[in-house]
Amino acid sequence: MSADTGPTTTQDRPDPVGPGAPPRGRTGGLFASEVLTLFRRRRTQAILGVLAGVPILIAVAVKLSSAPRPGEGPPLLDRVTQNGLFVGVTALVVSVPLFVPLAIGVVAGDTIAGEANLGTLRYLLLAPAGRTRLLAVKYASTAVFCFAATLTVVLTGAVVGGALFGLRPVTLLSGDAVSVPESFVRALLVAAYVSVSMLGMSAIGLFVSTLTEIPVGAMAATVTLAVTSQILGGIPQVDWLHPYLFSHHWLDLGDLLRTPVVWDSFVANGRLQLAYVAVFTALAWARLTTKDVLS
Amino acid sequence: MTDLAIRTRALTKRFRRHAAVDGIDLVVPRGSVYGFLGPNGSGKTTTIRVLLGLAGATDGEVEVLGRPMPTDLRAVLPRVGALVEGPAFYPFLSGASNLRRFDAADAGASRRSRDARVAQALDRVGLSNAAGKKVRAYSLGMKQRLGIAASLLRPRDLLVLDEPTNGLDPQGTREVRSLVRSLAADGTTVFVSSHLLAEVEQICSHIGVMSAGRLVAQGTLDELGGAGGSRVRVTTPDGADAARVLTGLGLGAPDVTADAVVAAVPVQLNGSAPAPEDVVAALVAGGVRVRGFTVEHDSLEDRFVALTGEGFDVVR
Repeated sequence: MSADTGPTTTQDRPDPVGPGAPPRGRTGGLFASEVLTLFRRRRTQAILGVLAGVPILIAVAVKLSSAPRPGEGPPLLDRVTQNGLFVGVTALVVSVPLFVPLAIGVVAGDTIAGEANLGTLRYLLLAPAGRTRLLAVKYASTAVFCFAATLTVVLTGAVVGGALFGLRPVTLLSGDAVSVPESFVRALLVAAYVSVSMLGMSAIGLFVSTLTEIPVGAMAATVTLAVTSQILGGIPQVDWLHPYLFSHHWLDLGDLLRTPVVWDSFVANGRLQLAYVAVFTALAWARLTTKDVLS
Repeated sequence: MTDLAIRTRALTKRFRRHAAVDGIDLVVPRGSVYGFLGPNGSGKTTTIRVLLGLAGATDGEVEVLGRPMPTDLRAVLPRVGALVEGPAFYPFLSGASNLRRFDAADAGASRRSRDARVAQALDRVGLSNAAGKKVRAYSLGMKQRLGIAASLLRPRDLLVLDEPTNGLDPQGTREVRSLVRSLAADGTTVFVSSHLLAEVEQICSHIGVMSAGRLVAQGTLDELGGAGGSRVRVTTPDGADAARVLTGLGLGAPDVTADAVVAAVPVQLNGSAPAPEDVVAALVAGGVRVRGFTVEHDSLEDRFVALTGEGFDVVR
């Protein structure tokens, strides 16, 4: 250690923190650092790799067998051979019940609990990151991951599907044919829909993550809640509950594949997710800002 | 502006009903190197967590750099560098990337100077050559150094180092000592916790001793070191004669064994006690065959053990 290098006195520097003027702004730096750290992790890359594998699997399976007839297999599967772009959309639809929630659960459950587990939470707070600011940045980066996850599926599907089946105009659920650029927009719209669908669950994961120092526990709890919500959604005896389940609109993306686009489910889903985001980010905030960080 | 870097009044931290920190009044003057001593489990780290706003106090007041905590946390913490309960990093990032991340978390830290400050902090702890290496591959000592580097990313008024030499080899321990000295020479207040007395004794100007959640002693090194007793030890076959002479000189309670006599120098005599050569002259004049003569002072370690109890048992 060269003990005599560097300025250490504080007398010769302007104090950036005047009385009553806490540092504001420059949250962008922490947000950029958070996103960078998230996507640099092998685990994040592996999750995105697995998600990218779904459309590849579907495209190869369809290519190696006879063309599926309408109504056979997962929804939209029969469109795949018409337009390769639909490989991505189909893959996303089959991933919505489990694969996508699993990915989001891992990332959202890790937000605070993961930092607590590493011990880095205390150093972020000592920086000082600010508990509210840290929570906002963590949620925002999870939201970024939601979009990254769905785009990974749709774009990989588009590339693989385009290569194996070509890109041609496609017939939508309403019977109208749309051009290739239009179908690309529709595919992105589906990705956006699924991303928005996951925002409520991300907030639940964030909250659960503030309750524990064991990230795996928070991840498992979040995914369990997602599965439970879908099971309850399938039980008609509790249909009064269905409109309040965060998974209620997860598969209502057929409206985006009609001409003209019907936005009802997009709006209803957005409202529901917004309610979940409001409630669970508030709970997470109440928890984190009052918690003793002892990890 | 007070001249105290840290001040607590009746600070108490309870976990359920167990008081980890029990009504302590810390007084850490600015510019001091304050050794925060205590055995494992005596509440040192909990105190540090409360001082820095990581945990809330159950009762009492905390002021750091003249401002109430945690109320003024956002104004205080940028001026405080800290190493709390060991270093912690993202194992999948390099040493330099870890420091950049912690620096980015500080809203007041300049982005433009970030790379330069990170490089300087790494250089200061001798890690420049390992800057690009993943922390996963760091040894415990290297992580400890990186933790100290993280606390030096910006100029600090106060440095809180919790067990800074944990895991360091003797060379690293020496380096930490010289680093603390150079920081203190620049005017930074250093609050360093440790259970290793020898380490603290060499660099500190002030000391506080914790035991079972209470602050059992606090003051300058001289006050605490001098508060201990001293004794004279006479090696002689004439125990009874020696004891008589020593008692006559005002030394208390001679302890006579087969070949030696030990007598305490009463505290009120400190300063006015007879000089060692006069004691020897009186002994010889009294017909005592003096084979050896020493004056023994309580070491800080004796004091420490007296204050915190002997043995390995965690108190609670």
